[in-house]
Amino acid sequence: MALLAPMATAQNQVNMSPGVTEIGADIFGLHMLIMWVCVVIGIAVFGVMFYSIYAHRKSKGHQASQFHESTKVEVAWTVVPFLILIAMAVPATSTLLEVYDNDEAELDILITGYQWKWKYEYLTDSGEPVSFFSNLATPQEEIYNTQTKGENYLLEVDEPLVIPVNTKVRFLITANDVIHSWWVPEIAVKRDAIPGFINEAWTRVHTEGLYRGQCTELCGAYHGFMPVEVHAVSRDEFDVWLAAKRGAAVVRSALATQTLSVDDLMAQGKGIYDRACLACHGAQGEGGVGNAIAGSQVVLGDLSGHFAAVAKGVSGTAMQAFGAQLDDVELAAVLTYQRNAFGNNTGDVVQPGDVTGMKNG
Amino acid sequence: MGDHYHGPATGVTRWLFTTNHKDIGTMYLWFSFAMFLLGGFFAMVIRAELFQPGMQLVEPAFFNQMTTLHGLIMVFGAIMPSFVGLANWLIPMMIGAPDMALPRMNNWSFWILPPAFLMLASTLFMEGGAPAFGWTFYAPLSTTYAPPSVTFFIFAIHILGVSSIMGSINIIATVMNMRAPGMTYMKMPLFVWTWLITAFLLVAVMPVLAGAVTMMLMDVHFGTSFFSAAGGGDPVLFQHIFWFFGHPEVYIIILPAFGVVSQIIPAFSRKPLFGYASMVYATASIAFLSFIVWAHHMYTVGMPVAGELFFMYATMLIAVPTGVKVFNWITTMWRGALSFETPMLFCIGFLVLFTLGGFTGLMLSIAPADFQYHDTYFVVAHFHYVMVAGAVFSMTAAVYYWLPKWCGRMYNESMGKAHFWISFIGFNITFFPQHFVGLAGMPRRIPDYALQFADFNMMSSIGAFIYGASQLLFLYNVVATIVAGERVSDEKVWDGAEGLEWTVPTPAPYHTFEEPPLVPKPAGTI
Ligand code: HEC
Ligand SMILES: [Cu+2]
Repeated sequence: MALLAPMATAQNQVNMSPGVTEIGADIFGLHMLIMWVCVVIGIAVFGVMFYSIYAHRKSKGHQASQFHESTKVEVAWTVVPFLILIAMAVPATSTLLEVYDNDEAELDILITGYQWKWKYEYLTDSGEPVSFFSNLATPQEEIYNTQTKGENYLLEVDEPLVIPVNTKVRFLITANDVIHSWWVPEIAVKRDAIPGFINEAWTRVHTEGLYRGQCTELCGAYHGFMPVEVHAVSRDEFDVWLAAKRGAAVVRSALATQTLSVDDLMAQGKGIYDRACLACHGAQGEGGVGNAIAGSQVVLGDLSGHFAAVAKGVSGTAMQAFGAQLDDVELAAVLTYQRNAFGNNTGDVVQPGDVTGMKNG
Repeated sequence: MGDHYHGPATGVTRWLFTTNHKDIGTMYLWFSFAMFLLGGFFAMVIRAELFQPGMQLVEPAFFNQMTTLHGLIMVFGAIMPSFVGLANWLIPMMIGAPDMALPRMNNWSFWILPPAFLMLASTLFMEGGAPAFGWTFYAPLSTTYAPPSVTFFIFAIHILGVSSIMGSINIIATVMNMRAPGMTYMKMPLFVWTWLITAFLLVAVMPVLAGAVTMMLMDVHFGTSFFSAAGGGDPVLFQHIFWFFGHPEVYIIILPAFGVVSQIIPAFSRKPLFGYASMVYATASIAFLSFIVWAHHMYTVGMPVAGELFFMYATMLIAVPTGVKVFNWITTMWRGALSFETPMLFCIGFLVLFTLGGFTGLMLSIAPADFQYHDTYFVVAHFHYVMVAGAVFSMTAAVYYWLPKWCGRMYNESMGKAHFWISFIGFNITFFPQHFVGLAGMPRRIPDYALQFADFNMMSSIGAFIYGASQLLFLYNVVATIVAGERVSDEKVWDGAEGLEWTVPTPAPYHTFEEPPLVPKPAGTI
């Protein structure tokens, strides 16, 4: 019952949120308009029906009249709804045209859906490219009810998307495996992420804050576990953040040419393994959805075979291609870790340079 | 009666080899009820898992198998065959025909169904589990990323498509050729009309579904890339093909339900159906429109804006003929002499809840608003209001209404009313709060959810258990009626009932209308 405690504090929102963009407010307006139209029609129609149920009962001795036709009424209740629909189509059309106006964006972000995480890439003309993955941050213990659930249960990520406010941001949305759909209710963007195709959407957020959403297209077992978190900050704050990200990217690509210590590689490797591989290969490398890493012939065998399994995946199985998801340093670290942890003890050390070499053939 | 008159054969062979429309109708009805309980059981698993946040009973992968099988079994195993069963029982009796036009095919179209569903259900025990890609089975989740059982799923879909096509051809042939003299098209009861139109829809779209699953089969086993961009195909193509089938499919489900309601409301209003001709035209317009609105299920796939606008306008238009129907039903009640036996209660429940589902449908048709509604629980609420409160409620009304004619025994009225009220309340507790969580941002098809959705989900689950339990009461009432209900022998079981099926003895003999009846008066007059 302790696990029920957080529910008391959660609010029970019953309506759409107007959100923090103009389009969101327009959509909310449309939603409310059509809802009220339906409510009014509903009151009229059900009013007539319930009056009839009350007044025209056989038990009260009401005699059935036998009329069964009236062209006039029929025409009226065909034409009137038609006119109401036209009246609703007008604002709907103009909002739709606005949603589709993807021109003149000030910032482009490429969003790629993976099973079961999002990748964000900032597309800028100059400087080191900035890209990162955004994974669910809720621990398994909360999901499996051994720990109290936090306030943002299932809606929190390790690294949120950061965008500047009052800026037209264009999202280019695609997917790497199956169809996903990127949705943040408060910024009123929902677009399917389709492998092999790029969809466009845009937003201009006017209020700083943290906005949460989820994948909304069934994308496999963990569809419910790939949230979206958007951090809308001021222009200045955004510039500082982007510059810092860029700096870190420069440092990382510099790292890729260096020789790292075994301890460093093992430590980094464990971090990556626990985050990206453990779910299928087990905490002790004992296997699960994936096969055992401890004592695996592939892992104990030739480095190039091990590298190929990790970087290119095993097609037709749950083992994805991690080549594009992990950078050279991370790949080197996780390979080193798998070759030496779980009693594998090959003593092999894989350096980022080796990975770069194997990648280039 | 000539000397060729005979009763049913005895033993299992009666059922295996029967070509009698009443036997086949009965088998369809029992089969669909069994599927309804199975699909309902899967729904209970879903709602039990969603009772609280956190993973409780099943794993996410299994949860997806449950949602997938629940949808497939309810649509293809419960609702569709139940209306085919009703058509079998009633269409010959309503048009004064001795049987269906193609009785042997009729036997076959039923008997291939149970193996198909057995095969579908058996995927649960296969390696990799049952299909887990949703009843809409979007590629590439259903092709490249599908479990091996997808092949059996494809085979099952093919078989039930064949069954539906055979059933439809039979209905079309029966209605076109076997009407009693004087039974012109515009005198046919509305149930016959709606089924005739439905049968044409089925013949038009089931082959499209067969095409879609065949393309999947090719992608999975024969190296084609219809739905894989890497090989030059297009995953969105799948959705276009699927919904070109899928949208008419929802009308295939609801049109016969409209037909049932159009029979029952006049009977308990003791007044002819208002606007018979406009009902026929409205049904035909809905059927036509159902072919040009499919992409409203796909507003977020990134269609060109012109496409979005076209599908939005066409979808909004469907509100007009649907509105006409609702207005006609209510005007039929107006100044009638109403009484509220169980069939009528279910029809009024249908009217209220289906109209609510129609309203949310209208909201969903507005493309920009749909960007917020799409794939959330708002949609789940919407289609359960039209599918469950629409199709299932009307089917239930039909069973209570015609059961006395079928078996010559009256059901227990208080139990029927209790069934109605428990269903009605349970249904609304289940699905009304889903509008709220949907608008608040809860996606559909997730096994676990954020904490702010917890209270409404718990409510939904409680409602679902109530609604589920009420179906057991229904089962009990029907069985008790057949076994030991109070006997009725009036030809017209209900004083307000109209139509040829009420002119034959009660219970309806094994063979009816071996001599064509005299068709007394045009439908729509008394
Ligand atoms: C979604 C589940 C999943 C995840 C996550 C995953 N793997 Fe795998 N992995 C598999 C499966 C399944 C196989 C077996 C493929 C086969 O049948 O050959 C596999 C095979 C392997 C193999 C080959 C082992 C052998 O003996 O054939 C290696 C190496 C490997 N994975 C490394 C990794 C690394 C490194 C990560 C994390 C960066 C990772 N995997 C993450 C599912 C996964
Ligand atoms: Cu996803």
